[in-house]
Amino acid sequence: MTNDDIPNLTAFDDAALDKAFGAVEQQAKSDAAAIDGPQAVEAFRLRWLGRKQGLLKEISTRWLKASPVEARKPVGERFKTLQALVEGLLEQSSVTGPTDAALAAEAIDITLPGTRRLTGAEHPITRTLNEITRVFAALGYSVGVGPEVETDFYNFESMNFPPGHPARDTQDTLVVANQDRRPLRDRLLLRTHTSPVQMRTMESQPPPVRIIIPGKVHRNDAQDATHSPIFHQVEGLCVDSNITFSDLKGTLDHAMKALFGSSVKTRFFPSFFPFTEPSADVQISCIFCGGNGCRKCKNSGWIELLGCGMVDPAVFAFAAQKQPAYDPKKISGFAFGMGAERIAMMKYGISEIGQLYAGDMRFLGQFV
Amino acid sequence: MKILTKWLKSYLPDLPVDDAKLAEDLTLRGIAVEGVYPLGDGNGSLYETDITTNRVDAMNHYGIAREAAAIYNLQLQPLDFPLPAPRPGDSPFPVKIEALNDCGRFTARVLRGITIGDSRDWFKGAEVATYFGLLEQKRISNAVDATNFAWLAMGQPTHAFDLDKIEGGIVVRRAHKGERLKTLDGIERILDSEDLIIADHVKPLGLAGVMGGWDTMITPSTTNVLVEAAWFEPMAVRRTARRHGLHTDASHRFERGADFNAAPLASALVSSILLANGGSIEGDLVDVRVAEFEARTADRKPVPLALNEVRRILGTTLDAEGITAATVESVLKALGCALSNRHEGQAAWLVSLPSWRLDLDREVDLIEEVARVYGYNRFANTLPAFGEGVRALPWAESETAVRRTLLSAGFHESIASTFCSAAEAALTAPQPGLTVPLGNPLSEEAGVLRPSLVPGMLTMIAGNLHRDVSDVRLFELGTVFSGTTEKVDERPAMAFGAAGSLPEQGALHPPRAIDFHDVKGAVEQVLAQFEARAVYFDHFPPESGLTPEWLHPYRAARVAVEGVTVGWFGQLHPRQASARKLKEPVLVGELYLDRLYKLPLRKPLAKDISRFQPVRRDFSLILDQSIGWEKIDRALAGLQIPELVDWRVREVFRDARLNLRPDANGSAREYSLLLGTTFQAPDRTLREEELQSFQARVVEAVGKAGARLRS
Repeated sequence: MTNDDIPNLTAFDDAALDKAFGAVEQQAKSDAAAIDGPQAVEAFRLRWLGRKQGLLKEISTRWLKASPVEARKPVGERFKTLQALVEGLLEQSSVTGPTDAALAAEAIDITLPGTRRLTGAEHPITRTLNEITRVFAALGYSVGVGPEVETDFYNFESMNFPPGHPARDTQDTLVVANQDRRPLRDRLLLRTHTSPVQMRTMESQPPPVRIIIPGKVHRNDAQDATHSPIFHQVEGLCVDSNITFSDLKGTLDHAMKALFGSSVKTRFFPSFFPFTEPSADVQISCIFCGGNGCRKCKNSGWIELLGCGMVDPAVFAFAAQKQPAYDPKKISGFAFGMGAERIAMMKYGISEIGQLYAGDMRFLGQFV
Repeated sequence: MKILTKWLKSYLPDLPVDDAKLAEDLTLRGIAVEGVYPLGDGNGSLYETDITTNRVDAMNHYGIAREAAAIYNLQLQPLDFPLPAPRPGDSPFPVKIEALNDCGRFTARVLRGITIGDSRDWFKGAEVATYFGLLEQKRISNAVDATNFAWLAMGQPTHAFDLDKIEGGIVVRRAHKGERLKTLDGIERILDSEDLIIADHVKPLGLAGVMGGWDTMITPSTTNVLVEAAWFEPMAVRRTARRHGLHTDASHRFERGADFNAAPLASALVSSILLANGGSIEGDLVDVRVAEFEARTADRKPVPLALNEVRRILGTTLDAEGITAATVESVLKALGCALSNRHEGQAAWLVSLPSWRLDLDREVDLIEEVARVYGYNRFANTLPAFGEGVRALPWAESETAVRRTLLSAGFHESIASTFCSAAEAALTAPQPGLTVPLGNPLSEEAGVLRPSLVPGMLTMIAGNLHRDVSDVRLFELGTVFSGTTEKVDERPAMAFGAAGSLPEQGALHPPRAIDFHDVKGAVEQVLAQFEARAVYFDHFPPESGLTPEWLHPYRAARVAVEGVTVGWFGQLHPRQASARKLKEPVLVGELYLDRLYKLPLRKPLAKDISRFQPVRRDFSLILDQSIGWEKIDRALAGLQIPELVDWRVREVFRDARLNLRPDANGSAREYSLLLGTTFQAPDRTLREEELQSFQARVVEAVGKAGARLRS
């Protein structure tokens, strides 16, 4: 039905009007039923309700405006009804939307894999170091750092490894070239542990001290599945008046529970480090078997994880050269250290330490 | 070290626990028993122990028995080896200590008429055959086995010489430079004045405290023996052992401090074993001592110890009573100390130290002994009171911002080697010549401290590509080193690398190769974390020599912030790529974070979003190849039209077929660029006349910059 198909009315009696409006209503209903998408909705709207060319406009012109005065009322009423019908049909079809057939034509294969954007992964060592520092930050520890190239004084002497002491043998050291002619204490080397940062921190501030020191260290070790010449440690130092061995135990017990779960138990036994006395090694109950014994803990139920002890008075004596407040008769403290690789390998099931330094996308991508 | 419980029990007949419990108790007191292997009926167990270097006194059976006695408060059987009365000699055997700073004690005993033969269980306390059998220690001869037995029993090294090959007497002295000595391992050694030796009046006999000499060793035909038991200064032995690359049981013990008083006892043990096979002693034991060393070892000044200091250091125990004076006294006495009260009725002592524990010489050493034997796990878990507020490192937030930006841009964090080769250092050092070599590098390829993170990044990229991992996105945050071997500077840096295609995964869209501008985008995102007025990228003509050699001279950019170079990036120079067998283009770069970290982090500041309709206008421009986007960009910025809220490149065409003034070779000398602009006012809808005036000004500005409108 086009605008031209709207007949001019000749009779205005009820029967004639019913017939004429009835035909138009039928047409509107069948048009609405054929709507199959947003475009068809718009076409319907234009065809019926278009301000200039719409069929209703045409009907209004031809039927309403042309009707004799006495027929105005019945025509007007019927026109209002028609208009309400058309608007109702339009609204209905807009809500109902396109037909199922139209939608089916737009089907896709949702089982194809999604297009992923590559998300970068934090390195497992960074992740481990951050986890540990967060635990100690909650206990009031600030992060401390120091250089990777150290002097013999800070790495060894001030940590109570006297020149020629056999304890130096346990830490095979990478040294900077051309040091032989320099005084021993000034010789440059790659720090073998993060402990020198203890001394640097104490020299720069009086007690109290609570620092946690994550850092890269190096030793002249051959590479194997669990050893690397490059590795990372986290060192901690707490100095104040009235710091005791039981405080050391409590602090590490809390930290291990925070890192590995509240059911983890710790046990301490005597060890030796030149810079602490008493010194202890700390084991945690095996996180894989809960202490029952498995392959990972060599059936012992325990895993050795860190070394610690009360700061040796000899270390305080070195610090007191610059900060006299480190008087071992008045203050005391504890220090501890752990290997980040060992913890990361255990937590994330890494079998070869070398994977941590190879930059293999396939390995790193697992830590997203 | 291997320890037999059967042997331990010979010193501790009343031991109340089984081998497993003993092992656990020893371990918890610092004598780490790492393995317990039952040896069958009546033979006890074999312990594999790992004893810390400070406890050389416990690296033998008697030493460990002493620990067990302390733990269980038992009586330890004293060591006693009665010898037959000596036959008088003509005169005492001549012994002289010339090296008075290196040797503290030397004992010599002459045995004559000895029969060298097999070992057996000689007498109670010298069950050589049984114990060696259980230890699977090879038996060699009664003489060698006697010295080994004394070592395993009490940790005192001894030596037996063939007396008839000693000329004159014994002299303990430094070697003369160039003297020669064939040691027991059969190696002919050239000596130096650093070496401490045992000599006779003519020749060197052995390296003191390290290894005996070949020529005076006991042979099956030996009949007369000189038994040496001595005390050498730790550093003297260490020096000698290191110089000759030797590490022996004897040197291990002497380096860590032997028991000054053990020599006569060890000598008696060795002698009594040898005499069990016949023979006799000639003369009294010759015992030369250096008073100064005796004062520093066996006769040390007592150390003051106070109970309140013990408690100040150790803190709270699980047992409410805590550490008592009685605990301190019983522990230290069991370990061989003697205690006398400093003042009547006060818990403070003067503690005399045992000669075998040179690791003890301060109050805190005694406190450790108390804690150790009392049991570490009997202390409570307490937490110290809070100290002060936590302070962050000044650059911590900046580092986190850089890391987070790169992670969200799809780069994995990596950690590469701290070292590189000299050639790599020369190629990548931002300050050529200021590289730091190592004295004892792991390998030649790792001979220098990395001056740049680029070598490590290239190694990791190559590692991926060579393993057919084609899409690489890596970054590293690490330290770079510059300076001299006198003074080394360390700075934080960030390197990144990329290769392969975008998108990285997904089958539905055709991937394209990642390119310069992809990584430039990542650099821009990193820089956008910081508050900086002027950030720009520039490049230099190849002849200027300013572009790093590892970068493609025409596909590289310097990153400058407020006039300071903060990094370089671009495509890896094809020469470097081919040297590393990399076929596809690799993008790589480095930022100097110390310079970036000087800038404050950008603080987000919200602006109101205009409610009025933005208007988009595009301009199709023709430009000479020599005119870069930067010029157009600056021209538009220079307009300073507040309503010009955004402008960007929508498309770039570089195609000879556009026929834009081709040169002689047919290459286009011009290119076309579609410039998109957006106008919007915060307070009104823009009127057509305004827009037309803005457009005219844009056309004029880009015209001055060298662009013309495409008709």
